[in-house]
Amino acid sequence: MAGRVDTLSPSRWWLPGTLALTVVAALTVLPLVAMLMAAGELEPARLLGDPWIGRVIRFSLMQATLSTLFSLVLAIPVALALAHEPRFPGRTALVNLFSLSLVIPTLVAIYGIVAVYGRNGWFNSTLEAIGIEPLALYGLNGILIAHVFFNMPLAARVLLQTLENVPIDEWRLATQLGMTSLSRFRLIEWPCLRAPLTGLAVLIFTLCFTSFAIVMTLGGGPRATTIEVAIYQALRFDFDLPMAVSLALVQLAFCVLLMFVSTLAPETRVLGFNAPGPARRDTGGSANDWRPRFSQSERLTNCLIITLAAAFVLLPLLAMLAASLNGKLMSVLTDPGTLLAIRNTVLAAGIASLLTLALAVGLLLSVRHLRVRRGHDRIGRWLQLAGNVILVLPPVVLGTGLFLLLRPWADVFSLALLLVIVINALMALPFALRIIEAPMMRAARDHDRLLQSLGIQGWNRWRLIDWPLIRRPLGLAVAMAASLSAGDLSAIALFGSERIRTLPLLLYERMGSYRLEEAAVTAGLLLVLCLSLFAILQRLVGGSRA
Amino acid sequence: MPVPTLPPSRPRGRAIATTLLAFLLPALAPFDEGIAADRTLTVYTYESFVSEWGPGPIIKEAFEAKCGDCTVDFVALDSSAGILNRVQLEGENTRADIVLGLDTNLMAIAEDSGLLATAEVDTSGLQLPIEWTSEIFVPYDYGYFAFVYDTEALSTPPSSFDALLAAPDDVRIIIQDPRTSTPGLGLLLWIKAVYGDAAAEVWARLQPRIVTVTKGWSEAYFSLFLNGEAPMVLSYSTSPGYHMAVDETDRWQAAAFEEGHYLQVEVAAALDSSDELPLAREFLAFLTTPPAQSSIPLGNVMYPVVDLGDDLPEAFGRLIEPASVLQLSPEVVRDNRSDWIDEWLDASTR
Repeated sequence: MAGRVDTLSPSRWWLPGTLALTVVAALTVLPLVAMLMAAGELEPARLLGDPWIGRVIRFSLMQATLSTLFSLVLAIPVALALAHEPRFPGRTALVNLFSLSLVIPTLVAIYGIVAVYGRNGWFNSTLEAIGIEPLALYGLNGILIAHVFFNMPLAARVLLQTLENVPIDEWRLATQLGMTSLSRFRLIEWPCLRAPLTGLAVLIFTLCFTSFAIVMTLGGGPRATTIEVAIYQALRFDFDLPMAVSLALVQLAFCVLLMFVSTLAPETRVLGFNAPGPARRDTGGSANDWRPRFSQSERLTNCLIITLAAAFVLLPLLAMLAASLNGKLMSVLTDPGTLLAIRNTVLAAGIASLLTLALAVGLLLSVRHLRVRRGHDRIGRWLQLAGNVILVLPPVVLGTGLFLLLRPWADVFSLALLLVIVINALMALPFALRIIEAPMMRAARDHDRLLQSLGIQGWNRWRLIDWPLIRRPLGLAVAMAASLSAGDLSAIALFGSERIRTLPLLLYERMGSYRLEEAAVTAGLLLVLCLSLFAILQRLVGGSRA
Repeated sequence: MPVPTLPPSRPRGRAIATTLLAFLLPALAPFDEGIAADRTLTVYTYESFVSEWGPGPIIKEAFEAKCGDCTVDFVALDSSAGILNRVQLEGENTRADIVLGLDTNLMAIAEDSGLLATAEVDTSGLQLPIEWTSEIFVPYDYGYFAFVYDTEALSTPPSSFDALLAAPDDVRIIIQDPRTSTPGLGLLLWIKAVYGDAAAEVWARLQPRIVTVTKGWSEAYFSLFLNGEAPMVLSYSTSPGYHMAVDETDRWQAAAFEEGHYLQVEVAAALDSSDELPLAREFLAFLTTPPAQSSIPLGNVMYPVVDLGDDLPEAFGRLIEPASVLQLSPEVVRDNRSDWIDEWLDASTR
């Protein structure tokens, strides 16, 4: 369907993007405006005069910067190692699991991280056994470990996808020229890794800057407070609307500024000698002949890196799964409430992920026209950034704003399910955009001229060119969106009523009612559900070679 | 220039899309189980009260059976403060007939809003550790804040705050943040009630012992305490009651502190703007009767406000009895809360 929109007469290029932007704005900008109006007069002096707020902002900036740096610096070798070792045992499963760390509920992630890195965790027990001083988790360490756990796999996954799209000709050339690993990295891999790096950095920074429960719980005390915590406090605890709105605006300003700066970075293009050609996978088995040859020590290093990364991501998940294998396993699995919650979760996630996909493709179709065909690269990128706004709005502000906005028109509680689905779709949008962006731009940049000269357009263009090129990224995006929605608790906590129970809500309720073993089983089940959703959707949409 | 290989035509893709649609569309309907009855009572409360295992479903069923033609419609919000926020935002247009789940610390603020009606419920016969004077709020359960400890990690817990401050270094605690959590605020007030002006100094001395300060009870209890991160966690004196009665284990116990324990009373109130005020008052009165109260001990893991006799789980008889009951008046809490939080912030980040 999206393809048909793409092929409307050129004068209608703006339509899909405008539709997508309208949905985004209606659910982000309007609630904020509603909050602003309800808050009345803001007193910026009160905010600026508070030394505590200054400390909070400095700390937020510091931990987010470090978290972003660590996530990216660690993701690069992991992505390279995975790209160099296509036959590493369990690689596909590992790459899929990499997408899971980001989507699991915070509470579950904290449990897993504490089980591994906590004072009594596996990691410190091992250190202790070999006589090394244990790692102190709570404090900046804990925040960084958790943020890298969430974001490094995502970054590695996106970078790996970029590496896998390096045209076969470049590898062929590298092999024929007998390039060393260093020059191969410098001339081929780095230029192609750089392209998504800015976008990833902005995404990860924003996620960490607005981090809430992770920073509080693993940060060790109120010294570790982000603006998000201060907003929650102002709104929930003090019911101080002007303060909450002012703080939300400060947070918004920082992130929007950062996003804006990121668009000023010149767009990095892959080296000049890359003749447009099919990506490696399209040429089938023969491609492997051109894969660079690696020395024994290089391969050993690669395997070591992959193993370490796998351990880092998998151990916390395994800890949660291990905790879920308790005496309550069977009773939870056969509980009708669990089954109903699974159904609700799958349905809501399925619809949300389709909506995410529609929004992402719609926005990118217009952005692509601007960036590639009209040459307005920067304007296009600004438009694209608009899809990220939801990340910057604290859930509690979004919830209150939407409530204020909709209340005169409708019963907010009866709209709860719809709101949860749409907000979940919006929350997944930044990730979907990040995943689909490069392939969509590439499809236009590499093939537009040829297609024009051949007169291929409309449905045929979509079927022959766009779909095969972006099918795999689309599969990844939809799988990611669905599992993200399935694992999300923040939206359902804002609007949920006891009538719709999703699995994360059930997990939370079981915990709140002291059913801690049942909660552990539910958490394990949620992990398995997210992973299954991910694998199935990726296969279904992305194709069997995904 | 190589031409990409043409993909095969895809009837399969279309079939999948059709199947997906066929699966998704009709399934949307059962999400919205509309509720229609003659008289509907809308009750704003917090999540765990209405969970499958909370007191909510039992109370709903019992009250609907009693009134005959009415429906109790629970609306679950994210926290006690969330309930209050919502009615403050809605003002007199609120859909709520009842707010259920505020506590003594929010009472004065809620009363100041002017949105609540008198309850007209006789609370004189209730079993509470304090005398109940409010005409607006009806107490439906209570409990004491306490440190729960793991008997396998700590054989003799500290017997007082002073003992905790002087305990060996490995007697560490996990607490919750007073800015985001009810028990967190409870500890702040508890220490204030015990130490008064010396509270800041006590907080500073307590710092090395605090493993971390979590956002809410669940992170502290589930993610950290049960993972063995510390031998003690801030919770309620009634928490072991659940473990003993349902999990059938005595492993987790509350440490009795000689200075006494801080009391939390959970309350409900009717909204003045309610169209169903008489029914709302009936509901409030019903909350304090044995049919509703019997769901409290194991559903909300708190003490009931009436004598349940044999219906009180045996384990509740084995809980610690506070040496003295500590409580600051709702007005004092309202007036000083913000300053005390600042004091705590200052002492904790020194």
